[in-house]
Amino acid sequence: MIEWRGVRKRFGDRVVLDRLQLSVLPGRSLVVIGGSGQGKSVMLKTALGLIRPDGGQILIDGEDVARLTGRAAQQRFSRLGMLFQGAALFDSLSVWENIAFRLINADGIARHEARRRALAALSKVRLGARVADLNPAELSGGMQKRVALARAIVAEPEIMFFDEPTTGLDPITASAINQLITQQVKGLGCTSVTITHDLASARAIADEVALLHDGKVRWQGPVSDLDRSGDPYVEQFVGGFVSGPITSDV
Amino acid sequence: MARQVWVIGYNSLPVVGLTAIFTGAALALNIYTGGGRFNAEQIMPQIVGLGITRELGPVLAALMLAGRVSAGIAAEIGAMRATEQIDALRTLSTDPFQYLIAPRLAAAILVLPLLTLVADAIGVGGGWLVASQTLGFNPDVYMRATMDFLRGWDIGSGLVKAAVFGLIIATMGCFHGFKASGGARGVGRATTDAVVSAAVLIFASDYLLTTLFTHKP
Repeated sequence: MIEWRGVRKRFGDRVVLDRLQLSVLPGRSLVVIGGSGQGKSVMLKTALGLIRPDGGQILIDGEDVARLTGRAAQQRFSRLGMLFQGAALFDSLSVWENIAFRLINADGIARHEARRRALAALSKVRLGARVADLNPAELSGGMQKRVALARAIVAEPEIMFFDEPTTGLDPITASAINQLITQQVKGLGCTSVTITHDLASARAIADEVALLHDGKVRWQGPVSDLDRSGDPYVEQFVGGFVSGPITSDV
Repeated sequence: MARQVWVIGYNSLPVVGLTAIFTGAALALNIYTGGGRFNAEQIMPQIVGLGITRELGPVLAALMLAGRVSAGIAAEIGAMRATEQIDALRTLSTDPFQYLIAPRLAAAILVLPLLTLVADAIGVGGGWLVASQTLGFNPDVYMRATMDFLRGWDIGSGLVKAAVFGLIIATMGCFHGFKASGGARGVGRATTDAVVSAAVLIFASDYLLTTLFTHKP
């Protein structure tokens, strides 16, 4: 169970998270939607400990992860998998070394065993062993996302975070990624939080959806209620209307 | 770590060598001219040797490395920051300090004294070349004069300086790389800041260390 409890964060004068309340039950997939700059990424990064909140708690199975430091903070990541928006592959390492990074550098697993597990993870995201020795720069955007997904699942985490998994991909590749995410998350039985503004993706992978606006959750409900939420913010977002309570900064 | 030693050290050899040979040669000419005003041209080998080993060898090697290595480290780490690779390291249970910074610091501290030794040898060699080829010194006498005059600490103090400069170079590269924000522009700024701050700190610490090394209690 992951819970954001009254989390506050501001950058300078700008309030990004305003006493955010949000929770995900174990084994469920929560998708957080919302416009750009509404605090979605910051929300995710507070749970990862990459951004320290100004106040409030982020509880993962009852433990306040925002207060963890040093070794305890590092150990927490052994249970987490994260897929970054830009894939964030290490460009100085080959594909398989990227996937096996945690196994080799944090878990101390021997290289040949780590390579075997990396290849297994590669096949789970439907990439052949022939890409294993390539550099990330030689791959297309969609393949990079898949490698990043393999890296996130290789240590079989209990919790997965996805930051805009389908952004910048063509619709077919995006669907393939959605399918892979669903398969892997259900296959591992893990709890997942995804942030996106891609509604097709949200419908494909969510059990529940939350709409974030101005650093607060405006609406949260099962994905089946997305089209009959009765909430003006959700209706505007789903319909893509220019006029409504959400004002665009363009 | 081995890769860092290679990147920082071996690849910097040509530029350090070239800088040292020209500086050694120019220094010899200047001291010959200056010494001539007191009819003291013969003291040239000793002054060149001292100037190169205690001062110019370490400082020139460090400045060349500040340009090559501080900038390289800042750009690489800055780009990793911009593309969330540093965040990715953390989520993969890896401490960025241990993985990225420690090997670069260790490599720079180890490599700069070695490069300084090379710069010392080539710098003295540059002076020797000019002296024996154009100024009419006997090559053997020149070399013996240098060797007899220099003490271990002349070279040793230069190497101590070099280790400190190595620390400065890697630290400034890492610090500005980690601080980089705002995409390509931020990386560019980090690179410039790393080189400028490393160069200034090298000169400042050079003065402090020289004060320390020349202090007579």
